[in-house]
Order: sequence, then C-alpha cells, then structure tokens
Amino acid sequence: MAYDKFEVLTSTAYPLPIENVDTDQIIPARFLKATKREGFGDNFFRDWRYDSEGNPIADFPLNDSKYEGSKILVGGKNFGSGSSREHAAWAVYDFGLRCVISSFFADIFRNNCLNIGVLPVQVSAEFAQKLFDAIEADPKTEIKVDLPNQTVTLMATGESETFDINDYKKGNMLNGFDDIDYLQNMKEEVRAFAETRPF
Amino acid sequence: MSKTLFDKVWDSHVVRKIKDGPDVFFIDRHFIHEVTSPVAFVGLKQRGIGVMYPERTFATADHNTPTWNQHLPVADPLSANQLEALANNAAEYGISHWGLGHRNNGIVHIVGPENGITLPGSTIVCGDSHTSTHGAFGAIAFGIGTSEVEMVLSTQCIMQPKPKKMRINVNGELGFGVTPKDVALYIISQQTTSGATGYFVEYAGDVFENMSMEGRMTVCNLSIEMGARGGMIAPDEKTFEYIKGRKHTPKGADWDKAMVYWQTLKTDDDAEFDVEFNYNAADIEPMITYGTNPGMGMGVTKSIPLAEDVQGGVATYKKSLGYMKFNEGDNMIGKQVDYVFLGSCTNGRIEDFRAFCSIVEGRKKADNITAWLVPGSHKVVDQIKEEGLDKILEAAGFVLREPGCSACLAMNDDKVPAGKLAVSTSNRNFEGRQGPGSRTLLASPLVAAATAVTGVVTDPRTIMEVTV
Repeated sequence: MAYDKFEVLTSTAYPLPIENVDTDQIIPARFLKATKREGFGDNFFRDWRYDSEGNPIADFPLNDSKYEGSKILVGGKNFGSGSSREHAAWAVYDFGLRCVISSFFADIFRNNCLNIGVLPVQVSAEFAQKLFDAIEADPKTEIKVDLPNQTVTLMATGESETFDINDYKKGNMLNGFDDIDYLQNMKEEVRAFAETRPF
Repeated sequence: MSKTLFDKVWDSHVVRKIKDGPDVFFIDRHFIHEVTSPVAFVGLKQRGIGVMYPERTFATADHNTPTWNQHLPVADPLSANQLEALANNAAEYGISHWGLGHRNNGIVHIVGPENGITLPGSTIVCGDSHTSTHGAFGAIAFGIGTSEVEMVLSTQCIMQPKPKKMRINVNGELGFGVTPKDVALYIISQQTTSGATGYFVEYAGDVFENMSMEGRMTVCNLSIEMGARGGMIAPDEKTFEYIKGRKHTPKGADWDKAMVYWQTLKTDDDAEFDVEFNYNAADIEPMITYGTNPGMGMGVTKSIPLAEDVQGGVATYKKSLGYMKFNEGDNMIGKQVDYVFLGSCTNGRIEDFRAFCSIVEGRKKADNITAWLVPGSHKVVDQIKEEGLDKILEAAGFVLREPGCSACLAMNDDKVPAGKLAVSTSNRNFEGRQGPGSRTLLASPLVAAATAVTGVVTDPRTIMEVTV
C-alpha cells in the first residue's frame, strides 16, 4: 500500500528544543482509543498545546502562528522515546508534518515514522543547534531536506549536513513503497523458512 | 566464529539479508492487544490479504480494560469498541483470544510466560514496548509499531536492521531490601533514558543468575526505558523449571529436542560485544525516581541532584523538576504521597504481591493514600488467594482489583488526578502518564508498600524486619 513519496522538501519548521520528548507527550494514551489511523493530529502534543481547560497555550511552538503550515519539526535530543505506539507517528503525519529532525531518535519511533512515510533526519548536535538558532532568529527561515542526496540545508546560509538512511528504506521513501508489499512477494521463501522452525 | 546469545537467536531467524538494508526477520510468537492491533487488521482488509500463521499469534485484552466490575459491559464506548474489534478480528482470522473475563486473561507480558508461549531461543514481538519482558527466558523480544503488527500477521516477518550488542554485568550480593526493580532502575539511572538506544542488551553476572524468573522479567521489561530495543538473559535450570509443563511448552520428545537446543543458548567465552558495562550489586540501594523519565532515578535516601551536576540540557532538567513540583537538592524521604499503584507488566506478579504483603502485614494503609492493587492476571489473583495474601491486604485496609494494565498508562478509569503524587511500581514516570497532570515516582513493591502504610516516601529498610 503506497504512502506519500518523499523527494525534496523545503519548508519552515516548528522548533521544539526539549530533550527526551516521549511518545506519551506526542500522543497521550487516553487518545489511543481509535480503531483507524486518521484524526490523531488534533491531539498531537495535546497536554503541551492545551491547558487543563482545553484552551490553547499560545506560546507553545505548535500553536504559534508564526510557524503555521510548517512541514518540518526540529526536536531536541532523544526524540520519540518510550512507548511503541505508531499513533505517535500517525499524529506527526496527521498534524501535517512530513519530516522530523533531531540530533538523536528513539529506535521504535524512528522505525514507525519510516514505515508511514515520515522522514526522520538525524543531524549532529551542532547542526541541530544551528537550526534552532536560525528559527529563533527568523521563524520564516527555510530548511531543505533532500532525500536523494541525503542532505539537510539551512537555506538562509547554505550550511548543509548529510544524513544516513539505508538504501532499502531510502528507495521505499522515494517511491512510496512499504515493507508489507515487499514481504508479500517473498511468502514462499518465508513458508520454507517456517518449516524449519522447531516452535 | 564466536557468538553472543543474541547473535545465536537473531541469526537463526534471518530469512533474508537485504543488501544495505534490514534483515527479513522471522517471528515465532506474536502477541496482540486491543489498542495497537485494530488498524493492522484494517490494513489487511484494505490490501485484501489474510493472516499467514494464525496459530502463532495470541490476543489478549489488557490496555484499556476496567479493573473493577469486569463482568459488566465496558462503560467507555471507545474502549468497548476496541475490545470488540480485537474479539471480532481474532474470531475472523482464527486467532486465540483471551478477552475480558477469560480465565487466561491478563497483561500480555504476564500471561505469555504463564502459559508457556514464551520460550528460550524464540523471537517474540508485540505492539507494546515492554515486550522486552520475555527476554528473561533467553528470547529476543521487542516492541513494534502497528505497521509491523500488520507485517507479522500477513507474513510472520518484520524488517529490522540487527541492533548493536551491549552486555551489562552486575556482580556481588544485593543488599537488604534491594529488589530486581531497584537493579533495573539503578542501571537505567546510570545509562540515562537513551544510553542503550540502538542496542540489544544481555544481562549477565551473578546478580541475574541468582535472580528468580519473575525478577528477571522485571529487569528485562525495563530495558526499553534506557532506549534499548530489548534485553535478554541466558536460559538456565531456573528457566527450564519455570516453563516445563505449561500450556504451550513443548512436551515429550519435543521437549527433549528443545532442551538440546536451549542448552546451547549462552554467549561464547570469546564472543565480543560492541560495548560492555560493569556494576556492583553493593552500590545499589532501594531506588526512586524524582523526574519525568525513568533515567531520573536515585537511591531513596539521596537528594535530588543539582542542575549543574546532571548530564544533558539544564532547561529540560528544570522543566522536568518544575512539572514534578520538586526543587534541586530536595530529599525524597518524607514527601507526602497521595496514590500508590502496585501492578503493571513490570511488577504485577505474585512475587511483587508477596513483597508488598511482607511490609503491610500487621500494619494499616495510611489515611491519605489511595491504593490501587492490580494483579497482572487471573492466575496471579488465584495465587494471591491461595496464599492468603488477600486476607493480609484486606486486614491492612487494601482492596484487590481485577487484572489489567490499569494506572500504568491510565487508558481506563484508573487515573491519578492532576497534581497528585503517586508512588508506582510501573515503568514510566513521563508527564501525565498516569493521568493528565499526574506526578509519578517509580519504585519497587517494597518502597510502594512502605509508602502506602506511612503515607510518605519511605525507605522500606527502616520498617522491614531483618530475616536472615
């Protein structure tokens, strides 16, 4: 089943320079009760975006109109730790984001993003700081994420850094392919393997 | 070539290696629950594909289930809808289903081992990060996302790059009042919440060799809290003794054959790890967390570190303490507590209830404490009753609830109110984890019990009887 193709994305970005952002913040457990994957964007960072009465917290970056419409989120170190809930990645997507940049990602969150067509881009701590500084100086500053060349560039200064992604996943992202399609085409090989398992 | 325990199990499950890509990795046993599986079944239907090996998947309801009056219809329509979806999907595809009220129902990571589904040398996944629990048996077990649940349902495989290898050795003798939970919280405090990200951990050393299977489950369960995908312990006589004769364990000649294989499941003497850490059992005391991730833990007698002394960003640290309404340098001992939660896949087993009872026996619950005691499964409930622990709890003013994940993630009604402070035997102290605005201190069942009877954070050693 295809998802959005990802090639080159140039966008402003929401800054979230907080470390260890866990998936319970990205999407709190009480909002995991849906049986379909749409609609999680409304509760994306629910308890940081709204006060206990449900009023938006104006200065939280995701509510701040000066970043509105950004397709990139730049997060602090160890973004997406905690629960395996793919709902966190769905919420990222449903909120309108296509790319998350951080100096360090939690494993399962990174995998979940890749599996639904959201690109996790890991950069050095120094480059992440440059991005935060640039966004603070100019909220309309643009970041270019170029998947074919595996580079992320701060458009205002031209400063750039490369990022890692394995060839298989890169191909999937560029073409909008997913793993299930791949696996469907090797079922006979799986069947033969399963025969050899003792339990 | 010399191999680690992890190499042996991983390599024997690789169906295909993709060049500059992940391994196609075969899954022996797959657990599903009501929260992370419904969308996977929607995906199967949209693609028009089925479940390849329904007998390798096991469904149980646990995450959003009520822990009171389980015989009545589930009042929350959204939860009821998810439970119904799980039941219907299981029935449609021929998957075993232990729904609410079923004899075998309980928290997925508790009922798996109880029923012998968890076996040494096997690969186990579930859409739940605490699947790492099953590593206690020498299995490779880890949490996956819903897309991967769909992969396992449709082809019994997922696509994973092989993680790096870490070994954590803890040697020596654990002190009085120090439990497996404390060992795990100590390791996580040393590693931080992300120190083991990218790694699969093997726990080794005499502390783990001497630990019960339930204690090993507690330790492996918490591997994810330092970022590790999972953790495992080499199977030994204790492991085999635990699994023998259980519902899904191999029997007769199959058992003998399996035993021959299981005996090989240990790290070769000269096998290499990417990184290795050594800790001393004597350095570990009863632990407690003071912040908003499980890495922010310390000995219960210590004071909260100053911002200038911690690794990582000062702003993040101060935000965390601000949420907890604590100050740098505060002592934890004596802080007034509102809620105590005993339960979860981390500490919801019989040994945890025994430990709790060893302290509350002959004492009374403090008036300011609301206590939720939630066994991990019906089998745990049965054993509590068999051992008369229910009578001890009742006499001390505690009420036993029905099995489920409960206040660990507060998807059901067991929510700690905003601003209230809870001592919890669960696994996460994230902001709002136990209810919006709730504040969580993670600790062992002993610390939880000592706190429940005194009403304030208490070092259990100060009220425990020394038995030698």
